Amino acid sequence: MLREEKWLVSQFPSSRSTTPLLLITSSVCILGCAFLSSASKVLCCYPVVIVDITLQIKIPTEVKVSVVIMTTEVGSETEVKKDSEQLGPDKAKDKPEEASETPGDQKSKETFSGEAQDSSVPAPTNQSSPSSQKKEKSSPESKGISRFLPPWLKKQKSYTLAEPKDEPKKKATGEEQVVEESESQALEGVAQPRKSLEEATENRQNAKAGDKEKHSISSAEIQPSKEDGKETEVEEVAEKKEEKQEEKEKRETKEVQTAEIKIDNVPQKSPKKIKTVQCKVMLLDGTEYSCDLEKRARGQVLFDKVCEHLNLLEKDYFGLLFYENSEQKNWLDSSKEIKRQIRSLPWIFTFNVKFYPPDPSQLTEDITRYFLCLQLRQDIVSGRLPCSFVTHALLGSYTLQAELGDHDPAEHSSDYISEFQFAPNQTQEMEEKVAELHKTHRGLTPAQADSQFLENAKRLSMYGVDLHHAKDSEGVDIMLGVCANGLLIYKDRLRINRFAWPKILKISYKRSNFYIKVRPAELEQFESTIGFKLPNHRAAKRLWKVCVEHHTFFRLLSPEQPPKAKFLTLGSKFRYSGRTQAQTRQASNLIDRPAPYFERTSSKRVSRSLDGAPMGISDQGLVRDFSAAGGQAAGDKIIDLEAAGQAKLKEGGREEDESPLKTPQLEFTQDGKVEYEEEEAQQKRHASRAEGPCTGVSDADKSSHETLDIVEEKKQAEFGIEETLVVDETNKGKMQVATDAGETCKVEHVSKKDSSSLPSDSSSSSSSESEDEEVGEYHPHHRAIEEVIREEQEEEEDMKRKEHEENTQHVEAIPEGSKPVPVEHTQVTAEDLVQENTITVATEEKNLSEQIKQDVGEEKEEEQLKLNGDVSHVDIDVAPQLICCSEPPVVKTEMVTISDATQRTEISTKEIPIVQTETKTITYESSQLDGNAVGDTGVLVSAQTITSESISTTTTTHITKMVKGGVSETRIEKRIVITGDADIDHDEALAQAIKEAKEQHPDMSVTRVVVHKETELAEEDED
Amino acid sequence: MARPGRRRQPMGARRRRPHGNVPGGEPMGRGRAAGGAFCSASAGGGRASLAPLRRPRRASLASLSAALAARPSRPSPPSPPRSMAGLGGGLAAFGRCTHAVVRALPESLCRQALRSVAGPEVDFARAEREHQLYVGVLRGKLGLQVLELPADESLPDCVFVEDVAVVCEETALLTRPGAPSRRKEVEAMKRVLESLNLNIVEMVDENATLDGGDVLFTGREFFVGLSKRTNQRGAEILADTFKDYAVSTVPVHDSLHLKSFCSMAGPNLIAIGSSEAAQKALKTMQQMSDHRYDKLTVPDDAAANCIYLNIPSKGHVLLHRAPEEYPESAKVFEKLKDHMLIPIANTELEKIDGSLTCCSVLINKASEL
Repeated sequence: MLREEKWLVSQFPSSRSTTPLLLITSSVCILGCAFLSSASKVLCCYPVVIVDITLQIKIPTEVKVSVVIMTTEVGSETEVKKDSEQLGPDKAKDKPEEASETPGDQKSKETFSGEAQDSSVPAPTNQSSPSSQKKEKSSPESKGISRFLPPWLKKQKSYTLAEPKDEPKKKATGEEQVVEESESQALEGVAQPRKSLEEATENRQNAKAGDKEKHSISSAEIQPSKEDGKETEVEEVAEKKEEKQEEKEKRETKEVQTAEIKIDNVPQKSPKKIKTVQCKVMLLDGTEYSCDLEKRARGQVLFDKVCEHLNLLEKDYFGLLFYENSEQKNWLDSSKEIKRQIRSLPWIFTFNVKFYPPDPSQLTEDITRYFLCLQLRQDIVSGRLPCSFVTHALLGSYTLQAELGDHDPAEHSSDYISEFQFAPNQTQEMEEKVAELHKTHRGLTPAQADSQFLENAKRLSMYGVDLHHAKDSEGVDIMLGVCANGLLIYKDRLRINRFAWPKILKISYKRSNFYIKVRPAELEQFESTIGFKLPNHRAAKRLWKVCVEHHTFFRLLSPEQPPKAKFLTLGSKFRYSGRTQAQTRQASNLIDRPAPYFERTSSKRVSRSLDGAPMGISDQGLVRDFSAAGGQAAGDKIIDLEAAGQAKLKEGGREEDESPLKTPQLEFTQDGKVEYEEEEAQQKRHASRAEGPCTGVSDADKSSHETLDIVEEKKQAEFGIEETLVVDETNKGKMQVATDAGETCKVEHVSKKDSSSLPSDSSSSSSSESEDEEVGEYHPHHRAIEEVIREEQEEEEDMKRKEHEENTQHVEAIPEGSKPVPVEHTQVTAEDLVQENTITVATEEKNLSEQIKQDVGEEKEEEQLKLNGDVSHVDIDVAPQLICCSEPPVVKTEMVTISDATQRTEISTKEIPIVQTETKTITYESSQLDGNAVGDTGVLVSAQTITSESISTTTTTHITKMVKGGVSETRIEKRIVITGDADIDHDEALAQAIKEAKEQHPDMSVTRVVVHKETELAEEDED
Repeated sequence: MARPGRRRQPMGARRRRPHGNVPGGEPMGRGRAAGGAFCSASAGGGRASLAPLRRPRRASLASLSAALAARPSRPSPPSPPRSMAGLGGGLAAFGRCTHAVVRALPESLCRQALRSVAGPEVDFARAEREHQLYVGVLRGKLGLQVLELPADESLPDCVFVEDVAVVCEETALLTRPGAPSRRKEVEAMKRVLESLNLNIVEMVDENATLDGGDVLFTGREFFVGLSKRTNQRGAEILADTFKDYAVSTVPVHDSLHLKSFCSMAGPNLIAIGSSEAAQKALKTMQQMSDHRYDKLTVPDDAAANCIYLNIPSKGHVLLHRAPEEYPESAKVFEKLKDHMLIPIANTELEKIDGSLTCCSVLINKASEL
């Protein structure tokens, strides 16, 4: 631990002043901060990293402990404050300082320290200021152990300050010493990390009071860590016991108080954060379901609860809606936090059918059909689903049969029907007709009646069509309807166009415009893009999302991964994350439970249904079958309640710091479960609160969260690989190459972001997650073709075949994709990335090294590396627009960069092998085509990546289809990574690769060859 | 030849329930399908059982077999596969037909009928013979109840009844023909449809025009040709009338009507001409539809207009143009093995843009239970 900690500390200064990092660190949640920062470092120093990662959790906790100690030593409450506050400035300083921070920061620092003289706020200047720290800290009372503590320890403490609150207080008193000891001795914070945040905070107080007075302290501890209470206590304590300090400290305390409050808030929220919110869900039967939700719960949590409440298994067809206003409904994204979606709206949702199954008879369970029926009845009554008089009557009669059972002349007097509502404008005549038809359904069970209802409803032309108001290019009002098969365009009630999913190449939106790019019609050559104007950009995005979801759900076999980072910059990376219809059907085939009982509520008109609708049913005596159901349902409810209660209890426990025992455990489980989310959230919160240099950056912080997360995950993955690879060097190199190749874009992107996050935050923030992104793209055909459910295309082909048979003169079917495009050209890029023997380094060297630079490198190196990195971007980046050439097929560029990636820096561990590589990039380009490439970036239509591996080579084929100025262009880029010892003849390999590429695509020409060589220069080095 | 003035109403469409007011007094023969002097009912082919017209009890035309099965024992247990009940009963019920409305030829048609292309004069006698043959097939061979309206000399185009009414299931839309001279043809049609107890919707919007010849009902949806005779507003009213179905519009440029070059030749089969315009329209329809139709391409556009019927005792029945007229197209039809093919000559009316479907309105009244 020591080592790592030291390492950590040392890293900070070296790490360039990337603001994001700063933010993170500064953010109160120490865990997150420490973790993140450490992680990023870790990234850089591969081998050690692994260890670090595993330690992640430990480190922070330890830090906490140490922090406590520190405070104790200092004995000033102020410290706490400052520490916490300083976290921000502190780290900020660390980094900034190096990065030639503005004097202002330092000033502020100084002022802080000045104010809190005692508060030996661990010198922000990491290790450099130990002595000074000591002096400061060693103030009056708590000189003891702290002195002996190595400076970095102290520092670390400061990092961890924030978290501590959750931990039980009891430990605080007795264990302080222990903690100190342990720390001082082994510095193994592991055991102690447990100490709750409370401990930390209170300990600080205690510390002030001094060891002797622990008892009194303990009493103080008993009091909840409520800010007010604490503060007062603190004051008291201070007064009583520390005469000397009193003067100084008192002042400070006051100051501190405010600070503390902040601190307290933060930690409370972060670890306990389990604030609950009551949310209401309007169910399809008109009843209301309410439950308490953790404030940060994701949509899925609520949705699952509702489905459980409803006893619904085939739930993928359903979703939760929230209304911005009466008109605008939004689907709750189950993968995102509810809070972030509804913002300030009340927590009221509506449970609705989201994807109308085209064939309800394929649903497995009657209960699912029942809910679908309820939805359709709503749709009909509201007029969303128009039907003819006759159909209204027919559907109404099935409703009656399902809800009332057989018509009984005795029971059903003439007007029994008027209580029900079947249509938006219900007439006497219709009711008569319904009654008439009702009589003909004798013998149908409720489930059968529902089935009949659905069989008829599904044929309605507007069944499952989600309509959106829009204007066409000429400003004419139209409606866009999204359905299972594609996109429908209506003008008034008339369908004026239709775009089946297979016809749509791209769906995008930009501001309030919504675009679809359409495959060229049979005899046409050009794809066309059709634009629609929506009322506002939120509407456009809503429509876009609905399209993405419907396409995925109905057309794909499995959901698409969110776009890679390179698309991130283009806007929303939203993707449907649930199960597709294919998947849900599969899943529901596995449903193995007796048909659940459920009670059909009445669809009587609203006024009545509110009072006694259910009664009505039971009155009719139709519910006999369901008598059991009632009981069971009730039971379920009870269980639910219990569960909820437990949850509440837990949460309560967390919220109130008073339940000492529980907290730590909870904390841990929580950590284990939601690691990333928490961090993310915490960071966010902190960021928004952050003071000093970090203010205003919250957005950037937010935006970079996700990317950062990605990085972390990736790191872990890579590490894992490395670990295994260490054993077998050659293998390792290869494997890494493979992984890296796939992820290149991501990494690059991330690193870019990192480096630019602070200054360019505004842009990045706008481009990422927030609900407001201005643009979004979606390529329905992005994925490998086989992923798509093919019926329609097949049908098309069938049609064509038939045509052919029937009519001799018919044109041959033109295979998709090979349309006679006049200017079709292809680029085959063969990249030759050469041998890497070293354990650590992979093809991705550039990226990695880039990051390393960012984090660790010296400024010089940074620059150089950056350059290197940039180059690699250009060459490797698949983005077609980067490639444009107007010169003869000559070597267009030759860039030779020798990157000296050596990290001599402060990495203290000796085990860190560092690899030095030489990178060479040569680009050959032919210009033969491309008059049109210049200035016309074109639009990406589809992209596809295929990776294959052989012994020493990894071939990544990236196929992109672009449309430039109406001309479609297919570009195939092959990246061939040749890994191995120096023995390989790279030139030959390259030639072979090019030859193969040509053979594989005889109709295409090689336009560009980029050779990228990386040779390892030196090997490990450490510091 | 009484021609009461057309009623004008402010709204685009006026809906009237069948049992409601029957304007002009006499609801034509309720019991016997045919009423008045102009109607001649025939009870060929054992369709007598369908004759008594009562207020429909079933919402829609259930598949005929289901209906028949259900009829005998009133409280019969509903058969599960009754799914076809609503919405035209899907494919199984497509082409089902019990009644046909036709109208006799006025002599004025020879000289005054509208025609898109000047050409040889219509041989009235021959035209009449052909028409009688046509009606004879419907009535005698296929056993439909044919309601024949008397000719109206002031309405030279009145024989083309298809244009003045679109009937789908229990609902009939009385159109507002694109040619002003033809608008009065609607009145007689209205009376006879009322006599059949159909839900009648009138298109009274001054801005709307619609010719039934532009309306192709596939059993699953409507296609409406936007032609010289039919405009957007007319199509909208049609869409409002038949809410259950998608209504897509198809531009029609080179021919009089959408159905001048296409028609349904089977439950899922579109007969289509080979002209460029026809093929283009077909493409449009295919694109607009959620369904996939088979198509039957015939060399001659005019021959692509045929009449498909699904007659319980005879199965698939197809009335198509005679080989003498369009030999090549007839060969194509003859490949339809499952169809009972009935060639019908239509040489004279063709001169005034008449085709097979133009001369009848087919109605399926399956509602007597």
